Amino acid sequence: MKVLVTVKEVAEVADDFEIEGTEVGERYLEYDLNEWDDYAVEEAVQLKEDGPAEEVVTVTIGPERAEETIRMALAKGADRAIRVWDDALAEAELLDVETKTNLLAAVVEEEDPDLVLTGVQSGDDNFGATGVSLADQIGFEWGAVVNALDYDHDEGVAHVHRELEGGVEELTDIQMPAVLTIQTGINEPRYASLRGIRQAQSKEIAPKTLADVGLDADAVESDLTLTSMYEPESESDVELFEGDASETAGRLAEVLREKGVAE
Amino acid sequence: MSSDVLAVAEHRRGEIRDVSYELITAGHHLANDTGGDLHLAVIGGDTERFGEDLNREGVDYVHTVSEGEEFNHDIYVQAVEALHAELDPEVVLMPNSVNGLDYAPAVANRLDIPLATDAVGVDYDGGLTVTREMYGSKVETTVEVGGDQQAVTIRGAEWPAAEGVGDAEIAEFDADIDTDVGSTVTGFEEVGSGDVDISEADFIVSIGRGIEEEENLPLIEDLVEALDATLASSRPIVDNGWLPKNRQVGQSGKVVTPKVYLAIGISGAVQHVAGMKGSDTIVAVNTDPNAPIFDIADYGIVGDLFEVVPELIEEFE
Repeated sequence: MKVLVTVKEVAEVADDFEIEGTEVGERYLEYDLNEWDDYAVEEAVQLKEDGPAEEVVTVTIGPERAEETIRMALAKGADRAIRVWDDALAEAELLDVETKTNLLAAVVEEEDPDLVLTGVQSGDDNFGATGVSLADQIGFEWGAVVNALDYDHDEGVAHVHRELEGGVEELTDIQMPAVLTIQTGINEPRYASLRGIRQAQSKEIAPKTLADVGLDADAVESDLTLTSMYEPESESDVELFEGDASETAGRLAEVLREKGVAE
Repeated sequence: MSSDVLAVAEHRRGEIRDVSYELITAGHHLANDTGGDLHLAVIGGDTERFGEDLNREGVDYVHTVSEGEEFNHDIYVQAVEALHAELDPEVVLMPNSVNGLDYAPAVANRLDIPLATDAVGVDYDGGLTVTREMYGSKVETTVEVGGDQQAVTIRGAEWPAAEGVGDAEIAEFDADIDTDVGSTVTGFEEVGSGDVDISEADFIVSIGRGIEEEENLPLIEDLVEALDATLASSRPIVDNGWLPKNRQVGQSGKVVTPKVYLAIGISGAVQHVAGMKGSDTIVAVNTDPNAPIFDIADYGIVGDLFEVVPELIEEFE
């Protein structure tokens, strides 16, 4: 079985930052592997180590800079990587779900995987929708917010737990081929070993343009337009304790005594 | 040109979920702006009882689809697709819940309409504008959603729940659903039961990512002991395996309502806040003055927990 894992490099915003137009200033951003995707990569690599998967391929929509992040996934055990990018994508302000679906569907068509794993959501634009949208587009079954996976190769079924709200899990059988969106906590993502990092240097990261995957610039046209970005207004009337650690702890202790929860 | 709004209710194990009533409020507001009707759909389960229950002020029609007992995304997608074809609404509203995200993206894809998820605001003025957050709630954005028809999922607890009995027309809708589907729900499992029920606690000390390493847990345990409090945490601590699931506060964990909730090294992601905002008094200790937790806290210390916690332990020893 071949497993395709979608991997995203996400921007994290520094504690203090400025908004310039409809984006956060580049100097306030740091890039990292999307947390949810890290768990998806780990799940795929474990499927390979346990037997059912022969190959783990990652796919990323992102500029050349993203290769650093992709190398992390390769160092953790993915076999090779595909990176889709070109000028039309670079110019797009907001890659909406439909655009990402189109691009990833084109890659699925080329790669013909049996299982696609994605993170539940991404830490930056947080649509939380690409995996399920992709599944529908490529005619795969799917499961969203999966926090346990028991893959039955003989029956072609993924037995999954879906993490619902309020401490309830749904047990679901999903026919393969499928797209599963992976929730944090499903496994314990490994650290990349030095050996893995060395090996990753020689693994393939195939850059592809829209044309390479059989699409034209229309595929990037979005119905969603970002019109403004701002820091949310705080409705807070928080009373902040001033002073050094001893003083602030002292004030906090007073409050806890006043509220009658500590003596 | 269509202008109606279709909202899809959610239920689980025989109960309508709160987000359904919030959808009604959001949908009513939107339908007022579009000048159309608010149609509500409820799919599966005890649709007769659910239909009556969902007949709240602002709802014009309730369409019941009697297929299946519990949520099944294959059935939901077909039902919403069929309702969409029949009603031709301008906007489809669905919950941004775990189940909402298990079918809404497929609905949008199948109908070939744009999708905006996790909306905290929706407005219509000749076109649809959605308010969303990015970068872990650090920024808010407004997004114009083009196209003639759109799909939106709305975040729970952002709109008040609709109340009052309405005068909606309630009718069964025959969606002609293919039940030979590829996903089957086989059961449910309660997780998070264990030695302590944090939802009963009066005083909770809760920890998040800010404690950095498992090795720092004993420091917090000393504090909990000195304060005679109950230890809880946000999701990352449980994901890391440092505390069991029964200690997790939040959307996917427990909802707690203590007298005092002391949040240490917790940034205040919306999923966490959903589980603790009902606390009488919220106190936050965090190094980041912009952390969203300070927006809901009553008292706060902007500072290093590794300096503050030992001082606090000393106060009570």
